[in-house]
Amino acid sequence: MTPFKSHRGIIATLDRENVDTDQIIPKQFLKSIKRTGYGESLFFDWRYLPDGKHDPQFELNAPKFKGTTILVTRNNFGCGSSREHAVWALVQYGFKTIIAPRKEAIPAFADIFRNNSGKNGLLTIELKPEEVDEIFQMVARQPKAEMTINLEEQRVTLHLPEEISFHFEIDKVVKEHLVKGLDEIGLSLQKEAAIGRYETQSNAQAFWK
Amino acid sequence: MPKTLFDKIWESHVVHTESSGSTLLYIDRHLIHEVTSPQAFEGLRLTHRKVRRPDLTFATMDHNVPTEDRFNIKDPISRAQIEALEQNCRDFGIKLYDLKSTQQGIVHVIGPELGLTLPGTTIVCGDSHTSTHGAFGALAFGIGTSEVEHVLATQCLVQKRPKTFQVEFTGQLPKGVRSKDLILKLIGQIGTAGATGHVLEYTGPAIRALSMEARMTVCNMSIEAGAKAGLIAPDDTTVQYLTGREFVPKAKQFDQSALYWKSLVSDPGASYDRTLTINASELAPQVTWGTNPGMVMDVTGVIPAPDKVPGISVRDAERAMEYMGLKPGTKIEDIAIDTVFIGSCTNSRIEDLRAAAQIFKDKKVNTKVRTLIVPGSQQVKRQAESEGLDKIFRAAGADWRESGCSMCLAMNPDQLQPEERCASTSNRNFEGRQGKGGRTHLVSPEMAAAAAIAGHFVDIRKWL
Ligand code: SF4
Repeated sequence: MTPFKSHRGIIATLDRENVDTDQIIPKQFLKSIKRTGYGESLFFDWRYLPDGKHDPQFELNAPKFKGTTILVTRNNFGCGSSREHAVWALVQYGFKTIIAPRKEAIPAFADIFRNNSGKNGLLTIELKPEEVDEIFQMVARQPKAEMTINLEEQRVTLHLPEEISFHFEIDKVVKEHLVKGLDEIGLSLQKEAAIGRYETQSNAQAFWK
Repeated sequence: MPKTLFDKIWESHVVHTESSGSTLLYIDRHLIHEVTSPQAFEGLRLTHRKVRRPDLTFATMDHNVPTEDRFNIKDPISRAQIEALEQNCRDFGIKLYDLKSTQQGIVHVIGPELGLTLPGTTIVCGDSHTSTHGAFGALAFGIGTSEVEHVLATQCLVQKRPKTFQVEFTGQLPKGVRSKDLILKLIGQIGTAGATGHVLEYTGPAIRALSMEARMTVCNMSIEAGAKAGLIAPDDTTVQYLTGREFVPKAKQFDQSALYWKSLVSDPGASYDRTLTINASELAPQVTWGTNPGMVMDVTGVIPAPDKVPGISVRDAERAMEYMGLKPGTKIEDIAIDTVFIGSCTNSRIEDLRAAAQIFKDKKVNTKVRTLIVPGSQQVKRQAESEGLDKIFRAAGADWRESGCSMCLAMNPDQLQPEERCASTSNRNFEGRQGKGGRTHLVSPEMAAAAAIAGHFVDIRKWL
């Protein structure tokens, strides 16, 4: 995995709650046995008209969002199906970071989606609702608004005529993996002795193993 | 300190804990299917890694398979995916229940059927509805493809301890109200992200009274409330269900296992991060009206104004109503349907089919309605046929199919056309889930059967 330290890019906004992974990548694209080729199909049902042309109504098709790498959206993004194809599609479209608000008890991202993102170098950031609202307003005012994400310092900075920064929290382990671009399977395999010990002990206790 | 059921399972599977709290958790059963596994095997090949425990890994094909002419997969891309699974299972020595197998079926239907799903175990699958297996008191959850690869290589997963959330259902379900209604009600109440980061444990007399199959329906939809998993403590009903199944220990070992299983209950006084109580006696049959399972109401309800939907933004409520072609003021019972789908890992087990058959008996499907009945597995299919349920369905004018996921996600030819409206026993009413532009209403099997006959939703309680 390529390490993620900091990134500067154009912000796109998608003002929808509960965007599910069926929307991010519809089922017909899950038949592929490859890990690539999903970017074109991202948000397929929203993005394209029946004749295959871009639907001008869909937010991401707006010319002002061309070349975007940072998606700012609403809470519970990535809910539903566990399909990692959703993350592959977002990454292959060009996104490096997804930002969404935690609204009281309601998290920004669904669990499996957030996990899948971490494994593919896609940074998911939770901000406060008022901070996300502010980004939405600023992007509406200023086309091609850019943002810098500094993962090591856990800070996002909006580049407008003035600069505005927000701090974000992130799980220590996820951060370390992203910053160093670690191979998690390789790391777990280093614990082979402990896994073996566990297997011997638990086998003695359970009849079904 | 008193422990919850979750604590007990978690703690007995910890291989190693880092100072950061990140835990290496041992996995007892890894279930795989054709859609989310090919890239994981590709990853193993690229890194020259092996499958650590092929003996704990079990595969089936379900998402893509046709339910009519099942050996004739016309879509070459679907066929390639099925063939890739066959090849991967051969190369890595994994047991595969393929289309020729008399035990093939939806992964979450065959796991319990075969006795692979056991109390106190950890079970994962590259599929969000792995939560189904929690009905047995197993910690079971869905994972992504990178994690599938991780489990194949290490038989473990790196996890952060989730929080716990107890939902107690007091009272008893009234006549005509099923476990599907109970779980839909909960999701409606707490929302589709209401349990994110938590493992739900369902307790209370209304849960105890449920059969294993009904419990599976409840746990199946835990993920629709955002939960990592759903759990129900094992009891006599669980032990009874497990008796004699293929992968369940036999004879003396069974008795000893049963003792252990029944010890897997939350201790009195154990504390949960959150709790909620719902009175099951007050529940009515549920029908979803929108584009996620939290957009649900009693069958007696009326589509509200978009600004009167609790917990959902006006914009999203408007979008959902527009997509669903519904106007505020419309009674649920006045909504006409074109299609009925009875199937999926939520409601395709023998009890679901028996319940539907009772409604279809000596009645006819409305001439305007296409009705698809898809058993969850080959075993369910044979059982239903031995009871003559297939004859009831066919006589009513419904289509009786082969086992698979079918129109739950419409990866095979069973799909809705744009604007077609479906009463479905599956678990997701997302936009386009059952076919681009298709409109899905989630209901119980009885409610789906009644809608097929009437041509619109009916309050099943009036028919009983
Ligand atoms: S029946 Fe539906 S929800 Fe269940 S595993 Fe198949 S596609 Fe997923």
